[in-house]
Amino acid sequence: MRAPRILSSLAFRIVLAYVTLFAISAGALIAFTYWNTERAIIAGTDQVIEAETTGLIEQYQRLGLNGLQSAVLTRVRNSQGLYLLVNRFRYPVVGNLDAWPEVEMRPGYFVEFDYERTSGGTTQVRRARGRAFQLKGGFLLLVARDVHERYETERLFTTTLPWTAALMLTLGLIGGALISRNFLARLDTINRAAREIMAGDLSRRVPAREPGDEFDALSQNLNRMLDRIERLMAGMREVTDSIAHDLRSPLNRLRNRLEDTLHDLPLESPEAIKIEGAVSETDRLIGTFNALLLIAEAEAGVAREAMEPIELSAIVDGIAELYEPVAEEKGISLSIAPSGRIMVKGNKSLITQALANLLDNAIKYTPESGKVRVELRDTPQGAALSVADSGPGIPAGDRARVIERFVRLEASRNSPGMGLGLSLVAAVARMHEARLELADNMPGLKATIHFPPYARPRAEVA
Amino acid sequence: MRILVVEDDLEAQRYLVQGLKEAGHVVDDAADGETGLNLALSRPYDVAIVDRMLPKMDGLKLVEEVREHGNVTPVLFLSALSDVDDRVKGLKAGGDDYLTKPYAFVELLARIDALMRRRSPAAVKTRLQVGDLELDLLTRAANRGNTPIDLQPREFRLLEYLMRHAGQVVTRTMLLESVWEYHFDPQTNVIDVHISRLRAKIDKGFDTPLLHTVRGAGYMIRARA
Repeated sequence: MRAPRILSSLAFRIVLAYVTLFAISAGALIAFTYWNTERAIIAGTDQVIEAETTGLIEQYQRLGLNGLQSAVLTRVRNSQGLYLLVNRFRYPVVGNLDAWPEVEMRPGYFVEFDYERTSGGTTQVRRARGRAFQLKGGFLLLVARDVHERYETERLFTTTLPWTAALMLTLGLIGGALISRNFLARLDTINRAAREIMAGDLSRRVPAREPGDEFDALSQNLNRMLDRIERLMAGMREVTDSIAHDLRSPLNRLRNRLEDTLHDLPLESPEAIKIEGAVSETDRLIGTFNALLLIAEAEAGVAREAMEPIELSAIVDGIAELYEPVAEEKGISLSIAPSGRIMVKGNKSLITQALANLLDNAIKYTPESGKVRVELRDTPQGAALSVADSGPGIPAGDRARVIERFVRLEASRNSPGMGLGLSLVAAVARMHEARLELADNMPGLKATIHFPPYARPRAEVA
Repeated sequence: MRILVVEDDLEAQRYLVQGLKEAGHVVDDAADGETGLNLALSRPYDVAIVDRMLPKMDGLKLVEEVREHGNVTPVLFLSALSDVDDRVKGLKAGGDDYLTKPYAFVELLARIDALMRRRSPAAVKTRLQVGDLELDLLTRAANRGNTPIDLQPREFRLLEYLMRHAGQVVTRTMLLESVWEYHFDPQTNVIDVHISRLRAKIDKGFDTPLLHTVRGAGYMIRARA
């Protein structure tokens, strides 16, 4: 896990790119300087050879071959140059080179060649640069200079340059890995804290030093954001609680008074029937209000505290058993396909309510002698709980809309229900980091809650 | 029966007290937690009805204190709080039942009856009988007269609950909470369907029906109409 993470780390990639760029530009700079210097050195050598050749040719033109020979001899004794005069069989006539170099040599052009030099009893192969000059009678005059030092430098340079670059890259990689590991460790701390906070522990904070670096500044900003979220959540909770309290108390009194009035009226009198209607209207109002509060709570994640490992299959069995007679009464065949023990971390009562809502809807909207199927599958992505019916279904374009609060599709307005059922299911799903998917059951609706993978509590692993 | 009502909403309190008195109970009332605690500790009650949010002393605290003094009077919490966890907190603090406002008075009355019944030692029975309907809790057998009745496990529990509260009104919510252990409001009349199934098994073909529907309240099992 570690190596690929470092490779994909931004810090590492930045360092790597920088090192590569640095290696390329440094290499180019060195190569350019080297090339220029070498050219200057070569030009100097060539100039000396040029001048010497000119001098010797002058001697040759004035004094002929013999004059040239003596001039060469003098030069051999007094200068550092290399000279060789050969006849048309390339046989040495005079000079300080043992043999004509075995390289192709066109008169008038500079060439580099190896020659052997014997000094102090040892023979050494050395590099020279020179130019041949064609004389009359097939004679050739070679004037050269020893460039062995320059040649060695050049060879050393061309062999070490790639190694230098490789070393630079390696050091860069190591440096990058170290820096990104450091960065990753810091980011990991922040990410871990953020995950734990998202999982519901809003009182946690990201560790931050004071005064610190950019990461600490980031952590502090995150913490300030969390402070605000926590305040908002607390506010939300307070509002929900006070709405609950402030609306429930008068609703309670209203219901009490209606019941009281009903109590004093003779049974079945027109007034009693009216009051009964008002009571059931109040109850409907209370039902809607409770459902809304529950959605608000689920959305605010207030009920997160009550999250615990729960067995989904048990919930499915229970709810299916509760609704089975309702389905039977309507001639609907209700089939259950739970697959063994499937655990999720969640709020039992909310998941139960969500499943009850899905099943309630499915039975409500499926015509007589239809089919409803509850299915629980364990997938690598987590548990999937689905309720499929053979009812009219929901057009693809409306599926996102029905999850919104209060939306009930026009076609089904005549069926009872508050239109909050699916909203609650969606809110419960969100609270559990699950996803509510509405799909075509062909025909009918297939609603699936995709739970995230179940993370076993540590105690259970051991 | 003596009932203590601790409720700070005075209109609700008056209504509650009046209703309970009409139902034949002796009622003491308190409007704050401290007064409530003093009453609860100084006089014997059969049931205490305590609001969750009270001035001076919170309802939860009140019940915790009462329990610390070894007092086991059944407590019914009334709450305007909606939180899913509030019920759990209330029961943990020592409450025996929990009712969210607004409630129907029949619901409250039925629950109080159930709480008082729970207190009586007669609860440890192995056989329940209503009229000629007999339920053997050990062999899990049900008989009406000489006719054996075949019941599903859940139907058995439903009938058992009804028979334990024979002669008392049992509401749909009470059945859902006690027999199924669900604490939500199913939008469909699920309980009615279960009851009519049970009724078909125990009453169909017999001269006197035992399982009665109490209009606007719930159900009741009793020998005489």
